[in-house]
Amino acid sequence: MRKKLWLLSLSVLAGSVLFAQTKPVAFKGGTIYPIAGKPITNGTLIVQEGKIIAVGDASLKIPADAIVQDAKGKVIMPGIVDTHSHLGGPEGGDNSSALNPDTRAFDAINPTSDGFKKALAGGLTTLNIMPGSGHLMSGQTVYVKMREAKVMEDLIIVNEKGVFGGMKMANGTNPMRGTNGFPGTRAKSAAMDRDLFVKAQEYKKKIEKAGKDSSKLPERDLRLEPLVEVLQGKRVVHFHTHKENDILTAIRLSQEFGFRVVLHHVSEGWKVYEQIAKANVPCSIIVIESPGGKLEAMDYSVTNGAALSNAGVLTGFHTDDGVTDSRLLIRNAAMAVKAGMSKEKALEALTINGAKMLDLSSRIGSLEKGKDADFIILSGDPFSVYTKVEQTWVEGKKRYDIKNPEDKAFLVGGYKVYSTDREEYHNHDDEIGNQ
Amino acid sequence: MKKTYKLFSCFLFAPFIISAQTAIKAGTIYTVSGAAIKNGIVLVKDGKIENVGTDREVSIPKNYTIVEAKVVTPGFIDARSVVGFSGALNIPTDQDQLEKSSPIQPELRAVDAYNPEDKLVKYVRDYGVTTMHTGHGVGALVSGQTMIVKTKPGKVDDVTLVPMEMLAMTIGTAVQSNFQSPGTKAKQIAMIRAELLKTQAYMQKQNDKDSSKHPATDLKYEALSKLLKGEVKALITVNSSNDIMNAIRLAKEFNFKLVINGAAEAYKLIDEIKSVKAEVILHATMARNGGDMVNMTRESAAILTAAGIPVSIETGFEGYVPKTHVLIYEAALAVAYGLPYDEGLKCITLNPAKLLGIDKRVGSIEKGKDADLVLFDGDPYEYLTNVCKVMIDGIWVSDNCK
Repeated sequence: MRKKLWLLSLSVLAGSVLFAQTKPVAFKGGTIYPIAGKPITNGTLIVQEGKIIAVGDASLKIPADAIVQDAKGKVIMPGIVDTHSHLGGPEGGDNSSALNPDTRAFDAINPTSDGFKKALAGGLTTLNIMPGSGHLMSGQTVYVKMREAKVMEDLIIVNEKGVFGGMKMANGTNPMRGTNGFPGTRAKSAAMDRDLFVKAQEYKKKIEKAGKDSSKLPERDLRLEPLVEVLQGKRVVHFHTHKENDILTAIRLSQEFGFRVVLHHVSEGWKVYEQIAKANVPCSIIVIESPGGKLEAMDYSVTNGAALSNAGVLTGFHTDDGVTDSRLLIRNAAMAVKAGMSKEKALEALTINGAKMLDLSSRIGSLEKGKDADFIILSGDPFSVYTKVEQTWVEGKKRYDIKNPEDKAFLVGGYKVYSTDREEYHNHDDEIGNQ
Repeated sequence: MKKTYKLFSCFLFAPFIISAQTAIKAGTIYTVSGAAIKNGIVLVKDGKIENVGTDREVSIPKNYTIVEAKVVTPGFIDARSVVGFSGALNIPTDQDQLEKSSPIQPELRAVDAYNPEDKLVKYVRDYGVTTMHTGHGVGALVSGQTMIVKTKPGKVDDVTLVPMEMLAMTIGTAVQSNFQSPGTKAKQIAMIRAELLKTQAYMQKQNDKDSSKHPATDLKYEALSKLLKGEVKALITVNSSNDIMNAIRLAKEFNFKLVINGAAEAYKLIDEIKSVKAEVILHATMARNGGDMVNMTRESAAILTAAGIPVSIETGFEGYVPKTHVLIYEAALAVAYGLPYDEGLKCITLNPAKLLGIDKRVGSIEKGKDADLVLFDGDPYEYLTNVCKVMIDGIWVSDNCK
């Protein structure tokens, strides 16, 4: 049995390598949600060398040398973008400071973590992996593709602004530890943020003043360098925030210092969607099974997706894995639809909207000619409980196939599928609110 | 006093339809006890199911309020929850599920702690849960007693079906993180055995013909005596296969009725579970797959059911966000992962009713049973389907489809 499995996976592997490198692969007969346009019934998707070379209906000409895969009865859509994940063990700052712009999730993540198999089973192809929310600023986040990887360099994706991550910030109760240099109140939290940004502004001025004369450059400062990128609009701030007043504080800070921000969780977004829309700030929201468990998120509502997207806010979804499971992100979108979000907007929120938040929409988030061949094949309607992700393709390589028993195990679970010492088991147990 | 309660609850229910006599016409009625009925009618009178059948078999008497639905199921029974004990706010003042002063406290009664006003009671009711087996939580060798409640609005005494149902016990790493001792697995078992041996001695003294030799009443041993006499079952939360075996060994040694709860690795021990006729409650599989539950599978319900072990599904326990799972979605996931369609409903209705010993009153749509019903606008398992109305004891308690 074991040998058979091994042989099977070898052939699957060989197949995918072959697919990616040379011949075009065409998927025929499925319903395609390109996101960039209307759904195509009996559609055709052709990929080659990691890119999409054509998307169209049944009349699309398939190259003679193409490997053709029948997708009749299936749904094909872009790979899911998870705008907020903790897979792989992304530690950021420690207890020495509430503000840690110098720490990089990149330096902590295990690139071979089996958590990534879970992401693939859920149809996720791009993740924004972030350090936690126990600090005002817990560090630099990292944008990764679910490629096969040995080292972190294999996973990262550099975006349109030339960076491969954002900056994680948080307000509200999580960073309010009140000890050891951490704030004890909301006003102190904002004051500490502002103080650091004022320093970063001064540092940026010195760099600009030096111009091309490198002798006039200020001494290198690992804490301020990434914040200069933030002030330049290259590096986006991913801001964990729940309550109405904290949401507005995050927006106020972004306007004062002119940095680009994506609000995360946004539990009370349904109360202040007008203000969020007016500020033109994107929201990466979470959908949870029931209210409670955390005092400042008590007013969370599953109607956030509907309220924000109807107000014209760029809205995306995230897992916050392990708060919710990477295998269930599409389901979370279904829950938002049930609570009033349009299906079209929910599909955009799973794909292109997340891509925009990470400055990656020129490469991912929709099925268009020239974009990365990141897509998933579903057994049916994306919003049905009975539907499963059957295949996940990343840059033209089949990274997950439900027909492969080893892959399927990561979907279903079972004895010793996931190692017990998973370092990325992120349950927020250490955070305030669970005392 | 009773009268005042009644008046109060009348006032409370005023926005809902008060209907002693209701006829529900439905496209599909899942009775669970029998085959599904197409184009059926359920008659409700005085809080009980008066009749059920196809629209040819059952005619609607005059003066019955008629309500229509696509699908009707029995009210759901959560086989094990901590709702009403582990409050939604998750602050010290609303967390009553675990007393950490000592690892063995069977004398802690559920009725003294249950909070029917907690936000989550209404939340689960709106998703169709009409009966809950709830009580003291996981994390102590014996954390206390459990109870059965209806989720309808009302004071503790009004909503309680069974005040003392089981003894909540845990064997696993959670216990070691909550107490200085036990600090090892072997110590956990040694401590439970020691107390059960003392209980046997206590019972023996009670039976002494010479009443002067009877022991002084001890609340702890009174509660444990009920277990050893078979009056209540042990609800032991165990997930790893060696912990499940420890529970089975204890049940054999002390001859008590065992409910294996959580049961993440029960699929590895099918013969052993059958050998002691242990009953099984599976934890929500949408829980985090870490700790003792790391090896759980979404196919557990399908595997155990196929092996002939009746399965009940629980929302169980969550220490953080989300504070509870949604029972119907857990059954749905089990169905999406191999459990036959009808069995999915059974896992949250008739199976737990039998396990809890309340199947004469609830768990299926049958003549004479409590009128606990859930009305849907589509397939109950589907994400986009709504729970439209919920009825408990003949009274509408939830109305979501406007």
